[in-house]
Amino acid sequence: MTERDNAEKRMDEIMGRLLRTGVILAAVFVLAGGVVYVVRHPEPVTDYRVFQGEPEELRTVPGIIHEALALRGRGLIQFGLLILIATPIARVAFSVVAFLYQRDRTYVLITMVVLGLLVYSLLGGGG
Amino acid sequence: MNTLEFTALIGLGGLVAGFLGALTGLGGGVVIVPLLTVVFGVDIHYAIGAALVSVIATSSGAAAAYVREGYSNVRVGMFLEIATTVGALVGAALILHLRVSIISIIFGVVLLYSAYASMSEHTHSDASDGPDRVATWLKMDSTYPTVNGVESYHVYGVPQGFVLMFVAGVLSGLLGIGSGAVKVLAMDKAMKLPFKVSTTTSNFMIGVTAAAGAGVYLRRGYIDPGLAMPVMLGVLAGSLIGARLLTVAKVKILRLVFSGVIAVLAAEMIYNGLK
Repeated sequence: MTERDNAEKRMDEIMGRLLRTGVILAAVFVLAGGVVYVVRHPEPVTDYRVFQGEPEELRTVPGIIHEALALRGRGLIQFGLLILIATPIARVAFSVVAFLYQRDRTYVLITMVVLGLLVYSLLGGGG
Repeated sequence: MNTLEFTALIGLGGLVAGFLGALTGLGGGVVIVPLLTVVFGVDIHYAIGAALVSVIATSSGAAAAYVREGYSNVRVGMFLEIATTVGALVGAALILHLRVSIISIIFGVVLLYSAYASMSEHTHSDASDGPDRVATWLKMDSTYPTVNGVESYHVYGVPQGFVLMFVAGVLSGLLGIGSGAVKVLAMDKAMKLPFKVSTTTSNFMIGVTAAAGAGVYLRRGYIDPGLAMPVMLGVLAGSLIGARLLTVAKVKILRLVFSGVIAVLAAEMIYNGLK
């Protein structure tokens, strides 16, 4: 096995661990928030038959972090979902580093375009 | 229905969907939306929001395992993700301009196609041509483990694959699904990747595509914590159990049954859209 193959294999392993950790962490927060939510709200808060949209504090990254720190059930769930959305983004960010390490300029560029699109989708525009 | 009953019922639905989705390879997300809208009467915006986050969970969970086995082609995946993420943003933007009835009909048609694609036997034309210029320039040719040891393969049809991936991205952002069926079509048929490579690379890409759509959904308020919580946990648990049982279960009969269920749900969605 060449040196490059070994490096790629190590990158793959780190990437696998990253994905797994993200999903587990997300599930823990969603579950914890779910328990708080179900205990505190005997009746569902939202009428799901009519779309109204979530309140501001459950739609933005700063709002969700604020609600989660206040240990509100729905805030904790949203925070877990935010970790979940961030997991593939972290994977792409990691790939930028991996391709930099391999000195593969074409793919550093390609990966950075994907990363930019993901950050754009989460933080602004298209709303 | 109180919160506990509602959560338990939706969670159970997610569990079954995730379980069958993993066993049949169709993914759990694809039935979540019709389950929530047709059976529970949930508005489609909340339904696609909850479905898309569950797609990220199962895709990332499965990709964690595949990546280490050395099947997925990271370069092919990363290059095509440009097409799928742009597509997902376009799809999410389209929701604002399409009537719910139209989205419902598109969903039904995509469901029918997914069910059909999972039923049709996998035929693969062995590509014995030389290397492709675009694929070589993008360093896409790679190797993968087989029973006969590590084998190398060439990649073809990069432009066609790219266009199909854009379509897969649009559908993902518009419908809150992983679009696995279209992604495999692009890589298996257009780019002639080995089957195992195209399925695992597709899985690898689904999470990234879904994250692009989910970012927009979150800011628009489609992702409701009370609904997404049981869906995400249920689908994730179900798909983990399904993946464990994959080797022992009689997948063929199950796939037939599951495809039948999907076809009925698809017909219902199309009917509701036309009504």
